[in-house]
Amino acid sequence: LLSIETFVIVSVIKIVIALFVLLTAVAYTVWLERKVVGHIQNRWGPTRVGPFGLLQPLADGIKFLFKEDLTPPHVYKPLYIAAPMIALVCALTSISVIPVGNWVTVAGVHTPLQITDLNIGLLLILGITSMGVYGVALAGWSSNNKYSLLGGLRASAQMVSYEVSLGLSLVGVLIVAGSFSLRDIVEAQGGHFWGFIPKWNIFYGGQIIAFFIYLISAYAETNRVPFDLPEAESELVAGYHTEYSAMKFAMFFMAEYANMITVACVASLLFLGGWHGPVFGPPILQALLPIFWFVLRVFGFLFVYIWVRGTLPRFRYDQLMAFGWKVLLPLAIANLVITALVVTLRS
Amino acid sequence: LNKTEPWKCTGIESMIHLILFLIFGAICVAGAVNLLAQRHPINSALSLVVVMGSLAGEYLLLGAEFVAAIQLIIYAGAIMVLFVFVIMLLNAGAEEDTGGSRVALLFGVPGMLLGAVLMAWVLLERSGTQAVSMGALPGPPKTIGWLLFHDFLLPFEVTSVLVLIAIMGAVVLASHPQSAQQRGKES
Repeated sequence: LLSIETFVIVSVIKIVIALFVLLTAVAYTVWLERKVVGHIQNRWGPTRVGPFGLLQPLADGIKFLFKEDLTPPHVYKPLYIAAPMIALVCALTSISVIPVGNWVTVAGVHTPLQITDLNIGLLLILGITSMGVYGVALAGWSSNNKYSLLGGLRASAQMVSYEVSLGLSLVGVLIVAGSFSLRDIVEAQGGHFWGFIPKWNIFYGGQIIAFFIYLISAYAETNRVPFDLPEAESELVAGYHTEYSAMKFAMFFMAEYANMITVACVASLLFLGGWHGPVFGPPILQALLPIFWFVLRVFGFLFVYIWVRGTLPRFRYDQLMAFGWKVLLPLAIANLVITALVVTLRS
Repeated sequence: LNKTEPWKCTGIESMIHLILFLIFGAICVAGAVNLLAQRHPINSALSLVVVMGSLAGEYLLLGAEFVAAIQLIIYAGAIMVLFVFVIMLLNAGAEEDTGGSRVALLFGVPGMLLGAVLMAWVLLERSGTQAVSMGALPGPPKTIGWLLFHDFLLPFEVTSVLVLIAIMGAVVLASHPQSAQQRGKES
């Protein structure tokens, strides 16, 4: 067990690294999206700043910092300023319980590759995500603009509705693993079924249905295409962030992409075996390979996210609500009942 | 923290514990006072979110991590989002200041003081002065599940029926009987 001084130092180092990696990943997910959507639409995407446009995120960041930060005169100021902060803080906090690999020993300190391993890790992520709704809802209300208000209302209604099926789709995995700790859930997925199929949760009973329910609900939770009605530009200008400019707008933007990354991490950890994969070679490679396998899965998810955006049109609002309550929710409940039955019969 | 017996903390750990308790307690009380003092409904609703959130922190300090997470998800997350949602939908403005009532000032303040003194006296006399120790409340999900589905099964199931009746009542009240009749005529 660590002494309290070492614990504080190690935690601070881990938090700084995690935040740095997350924010860089956010910037380059934006680059990836522009590039991939560009190629899907037979364009090049960013090419001018740096090789393959790789320095584009940096240029965007500088632009956001130096743009004029307008505050319209009719807004409710305290909440107008607080809303983007709430959105960003909630999006960044979720990363604290996400494990990216095994335990490592650096300079005599044995520590997990994770800021903190809580025994309610998954519940914490769900709780923080549900607090993130306030950022969007309050931005819409405090802007005092009809388009913003409609966007905020749509976003909160959509997020509350899809949160139910999202939560229920995860319960099956929790029953199989018997723990809320993300590390325990991943460790339970080590090994193979009948010697060759990896023992990932997605191959366990009806969990493949749960996986797709999770995927669809997660798209709705992060307000992405085909469920991006809160900011449907053809009818609502830009939805809840219509009145925001410069860094305040950038905060909403970063929050959206940070949420996408969190969702991708949770999906990889819960359904696809986290960092499990072939490990070989010298000790340094053995330490780095699990992280590589994990990042590969997260990257795959982000790619599918972008692919879907380049492919599917937007839902109508009544279709969105009907789909969430009449299709996803019954499916999630049925899957939960079947999983519970299977686990009970096996034990 | 001591992994096997987490409630036995010593020295610096119990001090951090006390400091966190005081911080969350202060935020909670400040939020509750602000809830009453604010005149705009949305500020009051957000103060209530702060109260719920800091209560979750206090549960966490007692070692009831599951209750803390549920408090955050259900109360601070779901229920208060619906409150804010309704305030946004109705576009409720700032409340009128009535200047307070004389009856409330005459009986309310002394009554509240009397109640506080009485409660403090009972607590000091009856249950001793030591604080509730960490781990005194049921913490892990397994214990909570056992309590709900074994020890308190009947109250739990009866409550769920009660909630179902309330939902059905809300649906009946919300549906317009006129439009239902029109739909009947059309079909």
